[in-house]
Amino acid sequence: MSETATGVVPAAFADVVADEVRLRRFLDGLPGVDPVALEQRATALATRSIKKQSKLTAIDLAISMVDLTTLEGADTAGKVRNLVRKGLQPDPERPDTPRVAAICIYPDLVPVAAGALAGSENTGTKINIASVATAFPSGRAALPVKIADVESAVAAGADEIDMVIDRGAFLAGHYGKVYDEIVAVKQAAGAARLKVILETGELATYDNVRKASWLALLAGGDFIKTSTGKVSPAATLPVTHVMLQAVHDWKRATGEQRAVKPAGGIRTAKDAIRYLVAVREVAGPEWLHPHWFRFGASSVLNDLIMQRRTQLEGHYWGGDYVSLD
Amino acid sequence: MSIAVAKTYKLYVGGSFPRSESGRTYQVADAGGSFLANAVLASRKDARDAVAAARKGFSSWSKATPYNRGQVIYRIAEMLQSRAPEFIELLITSRGVDHAAAVAEVDAAIDRLVHYAGWTDKLAAVFGSANPVSAPYFSYSAPEPTGVVAIIAPTDAPLLGLVSVLAPVITGGNAAVLIAAEADPCIAITFAEVLATSDVPAGVVNILTGSATEIAPHLAAHADVNALDLTGAEAGLATELEGVAAGTVKRVYRPKGRPDFAAAPGTVRLRSFLEIKTVWHPTGSPSLAGGSSY
Amino acid sequence: MSRSTESVATDPTEWDYAPAPESEAIGRVKERYLPFIDGKFVEGSGDDLVSVNPGRDEPLSTVSTVSEADLDTAVHAARQAYEGPWSRLSGAERGKYLFRIARGIAERSRELAVLEALDNGKPIKETRDFDVPTAAQHFFYHAGWADKLQHLGHGPDPKPLGVAGQVVPWNFPLLMAAWKIAPALAAGNTVVIKPAETTPLSALVLAEIIADADLPPGVVNIVPGAGDVGAALVRHPGLDKVAFTGSTTVGKQIQQTLAGTGRKLTLELGGKGATIVFSDAAIDQAVEGIVNAIFFNAGQVCCAGSRLLVQESIAEELLTRLRERVDTLRVGDPLDKNTDVGAINSRSQWDKITELTRAGVDEGAELWQSSCPLPDKGFFVAPTIFTDATQTMRIAREEIFGPVLSVITFRTPDEALAKANNSPYGLSAGVWTEKGSRAMAMAARLRAGVIWDNTWNRFDPAAPFGGYQESGFGREGGPSGLAAYLDTDDEALIG
Repeated sequence: MSETATGVVPAAFADVVADEVRLRRFLDGLPGVDPVALEQRATALATRSIKKQSKLTAIDLAISMVDLTTLEGADTAGKVRNLVRKGLQPDPERPDTPRVAAICIYPDLVPVAAGALAGSENTGTKINIASVATAFPSGRAALPVKIADVESAVAAGADEIDMVIDRGAFLAGHYGKVYDEIVAVKQAAGAARLKVILETGELATYDNVRKASWLALLAGGDFIKTSTGKVSPAATLPVTHVMLQAVHDWKRATGEQRAVKPAGGIRTAKDAIRYLVAVREVAGPEWLHPHWFRFGASSVLNDLIMQRRTQLEGHYWGGDYVSLD
Repeated sequence: MSIAVAKTYKLYVGGSFPRSESGRTYQVADAGGSFLANAVLASRKDARDAVAAARKGFSSWSKATPYNRGQVIYRIAEMLQSRAPEFIELLITSRGVDHAAAVAEVDAAIDRLVHYAGWTDKLAAVFGSANPVSAPYFSYSAPEPTGVVAIIAPTDAPLLGLVSVLAPVITGGNAAVLIAAEADPCIAITFAEVLATSDVPAGVVNILTGSATEIAPHLAAHADVNALDLTGAEAGLATELEGVAAGTVKRVYRPKGRPDFAAAPGTVRLRSFLEIKTVWHPTGSPSLAGGSSY
Repeated sequence: MSRSTESVATDPTEWDYAPAPESEAIGRVKERYLPFIDGKFVEGSGDDLVSVNPGRDEPLSTVSTVSEADLDTAVHAARQAYEGPWSRLSGAERGKYLFRIARGIAERSRELAVLEALDNGKPIKETRDFDVPTAAQHFFYHAGWADKLQHLGHGPDPKPLGVAGQVVPWNFPLLMAAWKIAPALAAGNTVVIKPAETTPLSALVLAEIIADADLPPGVVNIVPGAGDVGAALVRHPGLDKVAFTGSTTVGKQIQQTLAGTGRKLTLELGGKGATIVFSDAAIDQAVEGIVNAIFFNAGQVCCAGSRLLVQESIAEELLTRLRERVDTLRVGDPLDKNTDVGAINSRSQWDKITELTRAGVDEGAELWQSSCPLPDKGFFVAPTIFTDATQTMRIAREEIFGPVLSVITFRTPDEALAKANNSPYGLSAGVWTEKGSRAMAMAARLRAGVIWDNTWNRFDPAAPFGGYQESGFGREGGPSGLAAYLDTDDEALIG
């Protein structure tokens, strides 16, 4: 494994990443995850009843955590500019609605987003540009290509890089390869925060989700992220529980706080609030901040806006009253 | 004609044939009222020793495989068959029954053992269940032996009655402390010799002779006895023992009347000394792609 | 680190849940409840009792109780019903009545959930998601048995026993009534049942559901009262069957009382269940399992996992996680939908828990309690964990019946087994391990009627439940539970 690897690892885990054998031993030695009990806890927590001011606070918090995303082959500059406008002012009829956390797009559209966002940090919270990179979504490219992908996005103004891990290497047990790649990408990303997409839907088991989470944390990922949104199942509550537990355990072991991002499949305000409950009770209240938790989503924003209006105005809203994009 | 060597009838505890720690004996009469033999008048401490031996016997017997338990019980039948003439003679002498009746009782006792030998590996199939629970668990229930069972043997049909109460208890994997019918200690202890030569592990069956009225209350109160079979207790004693048994929540089987041991046995005697254990184990979905189990 | 938007006015990390109380009015608590005898709600001739809302330590309702004369009436009514209409019905028709009751419970489930939370003090989350739906499920399950008794393995036409006298505890008032009534009726018996003194209300609403289902009068009689009524009921000469769920002390008295009567008896008594956690356990789910084992219904569960046996090599790690997790439990208003741990059922139970907790401290175990704030009124106990407990301490031997866990360490599987089995009780036990063979081997050697591998407190009407040793005998649920209400003595008799 690369020499640079140990440099970023907290002392507590320095020996774990010294070579592939030790890394595998460590990851395979992590406690297992019992799916039934995990899913029971997730189901039970999802019955938390969030009402009134608590709900309004949660909705605003959720909006401020959204990585407003478009990742289509058909994306255009116009589509991205519309998305930026939506992110800056999610509900024009209610200008007090918080801005989203970031705009999440393909690397070639980063310059468009940067242009559209120019100056907006002076009128409110800065919206970050998050770019997927590393041959998203499959990750099937040579490392130099992935690195170039990352560097181009950062050069164009990306504040955050959403990389994908090599699931093939992970499933084949080549943890060192996955680790090295994350380390290399982290280096290429420079000051940009790195989100490591595990693509949990392809990892197949909760045990693997836990291992991959730890692998990404050891390699220096700033975020661990569930999914590309291109594979089913995408984010689920139990999978996110496992990842929230991982960052909680990481902090207890190292003192470092890392962030989590579920992506894909979160469509309603109710869904979003259930995730916030999980954040609060599994990771801890200190994760209830856009710096530490994000939603990778698009359609959820409109439902959050409608629910926000419902909370403030006391009646329900229809889709025609909230702008698309 | 040489003088016959008379048998000394002792107790059967932990696979050995000890005398009573008390040194007490009582005289047993034959059918005609003449002296037949001296038998041991077991004491409270003999009962205590028998329970300790049974607890040890239980720990191995309850872990034996059903096939093994079945073979051992079948072996008892074989041994009884080979000693049939001795039991026939003893029944005629001690009970005054005719030869045909004695033969019939010994044959029935052998058949009863064969019947129970075939039960050991069916108990879980018949009395257990796979429980179709409405949650992602594999749940099953299976019978397990209750533990140490104190049996008061019936006073009629001295061999068949004894076998009929003892066999179901050990078939289930329990260990027994059996108080022989006071009038028939010779048959019981001769049967113990059959047991001792039948691969029955030491302590699985322990036989005390003497007075049930004296010994049984100690067994009913003994906290290391898990269950009572009151078949041979007369009504007043049985009710007293039932009350005492409540002190440690013992399982009690008390027949509703005088059992007909010649009839085909039901399963109540097996079931009375089996505990149903229900085990749950999560199943869920093997893969995330299979979706949540909820 | 970027700050959040201006409209998230407060620090988002302080986001908490607003009170979310279920409306008390949904429980439709009446000022006064009456015994249900021979198909009618009648004034009992015993002294009224006042049911207390333990969440607030306030009177909730008044209940008329029965006297011994009323019991005679009830047992007589049950006998008449047994010999009259009930035994003339086909199994299929009996089953239809039970299906009706199951539906009736489901239809009034929200009301029952609120009422149960008010009367018992347990959280609405549990009454809504567990007690009430499982009660309905029990009737539904047993309804289906009524015309299939010939398939149970007790002959072609197994017979009911007659009149059953049943006494149920306060920890699952409605559910325990369902566990008792449903199999009894499915097998063709009639019943006289006494709900617990401190929690009689849901059983009397069940009486309304039964009345609305048009069951023949006398098939089910519900007779509220205190312990003396229960004692009088179980020794009533008019019964053929007695079933009791409650303390081992009372169970022993009942068994003694019934000596010589020939009446069939089922006892579901106390326990001191052990959760065994091996070093290879799925540790986060093991923590969930432990929490469920001892804090479900505030530990007022006969099969609670009140002892935690943890392998020494992971004890510290597990306890750190456990304390963190227990600290997130929300203790308080039973009606609040976000409450995880509700009130203790009564002042006397609160006193008992407090007394045993003090004994734990006095005996030298190390006390840890959740930092969750407790309400000012009502009977609440903070979730409690005793570490450094030993087998000799009272907290490790006696049933506390409260949210108090005693933690003991072990080194080897044999030591774990020996310690787990080292109890006169034998109701529940469980193992957390990722190794299948170890789980099964432990399950085979634990002397308890219910073994939960990698889970705890799972119940289903299809799964028999009951104890070994001083945890009682007889089963509830499944085929063996039904057999407890049939005459299954198949020994041939002379004459």
